[in-house]
Amino acid sequence: MPRNKPAGRKPSSPESKSILTSIRNSADEIRRKIMARKKPTMKFPVRSLANVKYHPQRGFFEIAGQKKERTLTVNTVKTFAQTLRMIALSKELVESDDIATKREAYYVSKNWEDARFTEQPESDTVMDDVEAFFGVNREQLGFIPEEKGGDVAGRLTVIDHDRDTGKELRIDCTKFGSGAYSIPISVEQLQFETEADFILVIETAGMFQRLVKHNYWKKANCILISMGGVPTRACRRFIRRLADFKRIPVYVFVDGDPYGITNIYRTLKVGSGNAAHLNEFFCVPQARFLGITPKDIVDYKLPTHPLKDVDVKRARDAIKNDPFIRHHNDWISAIEYLVRMGVRAEQQALAKHGLNYVMDTYLPEKLKHPERFLP
Amino acid sequence: MICRRSQRRGRRRASLIPARVKATSAALFPAGKATRDSKPARSLTKPRAERKSPRRDGGVGPRQLSLMDSMPATGVAPSPAPQAPPPEIPPEPEKEQPDNRLRAAEVLQSGSAKREKPPRRETAESLATKQREISVSEFFTKNRHLLGFDNPQKALLTAIKEAVDNSLDACEEAGILPVLRADIDQLAEDRFRIAVQDNGPGIVKSQIPKIFGKLLYGSKFHALKQARGQQGIGISAAGMYGLLTTGKSIAVTSRTGPGKPAHYYEIQIDTRKNTPQVITDTVIEWEPEHGTRVEIELVGTYKRGRHSVDDYIRQTAIANPHAEIFYSFPGGAGTLHFPRASDTLPPEPRAIKPHPYGVELGVLIRMLKETSARRLDLALKRDFSRVSDRVAEEICAAADLRPSSNPHLIATQEAERLYKAINSVKVMSPPTNCLSPIGEEQILSGMKKEIPAAFFTAVSRSPAVYRGNPFLVEVGTAYGGDLPADDLVDLLRFANRVPLQYQQSGCAITKAVLSIDWRSYGLSQSKGALPTGPLVLFVHIASVWVPFTSESKEAIAAYPEITRELRLALQDCGRRLSTHIRARRREVEEEKKRSYIERYIPHIGIALREILGMSKSAEQELVVTLKDVLERSRSHE
Repeated sequence: MPRNKPAGRKPSSPESKSILTSIRNSADEIRRKIMARKKPTMKFPVRSLANVKYHPQRGFFEIAGQKKERTLTVNTVKTFAQTLRMIALSKELVESDDIATKREAYYVSKNWEDARFTEQPESDTVMDDVEAFFGVNREQLGFIPEEKGGDVAGRLTVIDHDRDTGKELRIDCTKFGSGAYSIPISVEQLQFETEADFILVIETAGMFQRLVKHNYWKKANCILISMGGVPTRACRRFIRRLADFKRIPVYVFVDGDPYGITNIYRTLKVGSGNAAHLNEFFCVPQARFLGITPKDIVDYKLPTHPLKDVDVKRARDAIKNDPFIRHHNDWISAIEYLVRMGVRAEQQALAKHGLNYVMDTYLPEKLKHPERFLP
Repeated sequence: MICRRSQRRGRRRASLIPARVKATSAALFPAGKATRDSKPARSLTKPRAERKSPRRDGGVGPRQLSLMDSMPATGVAPSPAPQAPPPEIPPEPEKEQPDNRLRAAEVLQSGSAKREKPPRRETAESLATKQREISVSEFFTKNRHLLGFDNPQKALLTAIKEAVDNSLDACEEAGILPVLRADIDQLAEDRFRIAVQDNGPGIVKSQIPKIFGKLLYGSKFHALKQARGQQGIGISAAGMYGLLTTGKSIAVTSRTGPGKPAHYYEIQIDTRKNTPQVITDTVIEWEPEHGTRVEIELVGTYKRGRHSVDDYIRQTAIANPHAEIFYSFPGGAGTLHFPRASDTLPPEPRAIKPHPYGVELGVLIRMLKETSARRLDLALKRDFSRVSDRVAEEICAAADLRPSSNPHLIATQEAERLYKAINSVKVMSPPTNCLSPIGEEQILSGMKKEIPAAFFTAVSRSPAVYRGNPFLVEVGTAYGGDLPADDLVDLLRFANRVPLQYQQSGCAITKAVLSIDWRSYGLSQSKGALPTGPLVLFVHIASVWVPFTSESKEAIAAYPEITRELRLALQDCGRRLSTHIRARRREVEEEKKRSYIERYIPHIGIALREILGMSKSAEQELVVTLKDVLERSRSHE
């Protein structure tokens, strides 16, 4: 049970206090409405790509202001009750400075008798609603994600603190050998020291492993970060803080397919539609797309696979609906080019020219011309 | 007049079966031109007519008429005088007949083509010695499946059905609320005695032998009005079947009124001559004041369930809520009683004259020949319904015939023109008072007493016309209650209040039901199947002439006009049904929502108490208030 209070820890941060206040205010408003014999309502921002705006100057997806109103009626009474109980759980977590993972919160709900969730996706949705309702990061509400943040290796020292003693911890990311530093779930307290020239963000753990094993970071004087698919919030926040802190460029190296471009790269750079109220913090506007570009497939004569129907659908959908892609003609033509070719190429496809071709030829050639990277 | 009608109806009706008989008769008159009116026979006769016409048309007028005369005489009842016995038949071995018929057809083919030169096996003279008339009784003895006696189970049902139909018709014609008794006694494994008794008007002594001992003898055949029986075959055929399988006579008891004697007859049918043979003729002591009792011993099989006599009796009770029926069956505990649900007799149907659109060429020729009118226009006016002065004039003009011409002298060529003219002139639809619908109210009362459902609805359409025959469609639905929810819909088909048990898939009613998308009315339905659900569908067609697909009256032919009316009535009922089904679903949904309030509002109380640190009593108050607010807003929705 996450409710076990760690002894002696009281919420002291001003952040926690303000959250507790807004939780209490919302609940009180609902109570007053009920006692005035009116049906209470809650307003949630619509969490979808249709409700975001892209500001190129500000560099991320902003929420566009559409809200859905959930009025307490016979039809909504179940969700309404579950949302309120989730808020009550959050209040308890914040008060006791405790955390619960999404999965744990789902199990806590099993105590709620009729209001319990039957599947975790139900509780996740309610949790995302609560997060958007208060317009805060779910970590601030005491809920933490399950997923791993990402791996780091290279010319970087991360400065963290020991939770018990408060002593400074210096973590040298060059000294993990063939392993790597794991990005923690909360990265706000971290500080950095680095002399690297750039950050290379990599989609797959496989490619990351190859570059780490051959100490590519030494040769290129860079920091290597593996996302392992769509980057988590923590991963995005880590890269953002690191890049802001030292004003170093971020280059992204993903598969040359619609998923790599419109999901992984776009989410890293401008954020997601689902958590648009938080994108301001969880995005890396300075990221640039190194590869694999559709043009690389031709230039490097890469072996390809045919695009699947879902790939083509994803690509067309992005051209039609994704505000970020639509804003950049370069991206529109690149994606259209990819769809016309009807193929995709993975990062590992470079192995066709030799296992280390990627380090010896591809990356150096690409890095000579960062100005040619896609936006 | 009567003869003419009989001709018209007899042809169409009988043509369905005795086509093969006609083939023989056609062979006897090779010079004649084939008739165009007897549809099913067309395949046999028409090709020849087409081949012939260019050569011979000129001088065949009189011969054709003579053929017209002779054909129905063999095919149907002896038309000049129904009572006259058919001519004597030379005593030849019976088994020769089919051969004879086939060979006649062969000769006919080769003779007319005049091309083939195979070695001759028979000469016209040698064939002539074998060619002779076939009695209808003989014909049906050999082809008893045509009348519904094809297997033992069906034979038992058909026998009961013919007797019950007759009883109900008799009672209604006499204006008596029917009380019926139907009993089935099992005498041996496959031997039964059936007895059907009514409180009808009884039968005059002299008529009893003919009605029960002669095929094609009856009162309904010659009248164009709605009735259950039509051609006077049924009950005599049942008696014939009993005689054939058990050697026992049909026994009839009848009394026409209080103070009159009750006559008891045992009758056998002489199949060679189609005449009754009276075995016993006595006066007996009999309790009922008036009525008729028929007993037949026959070989059969008694089964329950689908196609059973039980089903037939129950459905009869549904379609005839004015009748009271007692029914006992083998293995049953005592007598089943189907009480009367309505004291109103169905309105008496009127007989009408044939409508011009429903008359075929051969019938038209015959009617013209036999009319008592001296002028063509008068003949049209007098012998048809809905023909006014103006319409008669228009028909004559369209046919390019003088209104004053003598109808008797109109040759085939002119009759054909007249026939075409009739169909080109607009004639008002036939009168519809010849129909006697069950009525929505009566359908409901009939269904309610026999079907354990929760929701009933019925639709009675206005009359419509197919081929000049008025008809109307009625549909009833019974839904929900104790009906099985996962079975296919129970489809009950009726024609002139008679339940149809067999050939469901070949029937226009079934086809109409299948052609409707019942899913849009809230029932589930697999592709090409009847819908599924707790539903009984009651479909009734009433007509002066129900177009059955066969003589055993099991399925209705799908005329487009009939299909259209069926669909409209079914859709009307479907809409009412879907309103009910939706309302029912809403109720269930409402119930669920009510329980939602009970289940989830306490959790809103708990959450708010936890967040705001409210007291238990404040929480309780909040929960009570919120429940009240929601209940109220719900009732306003």
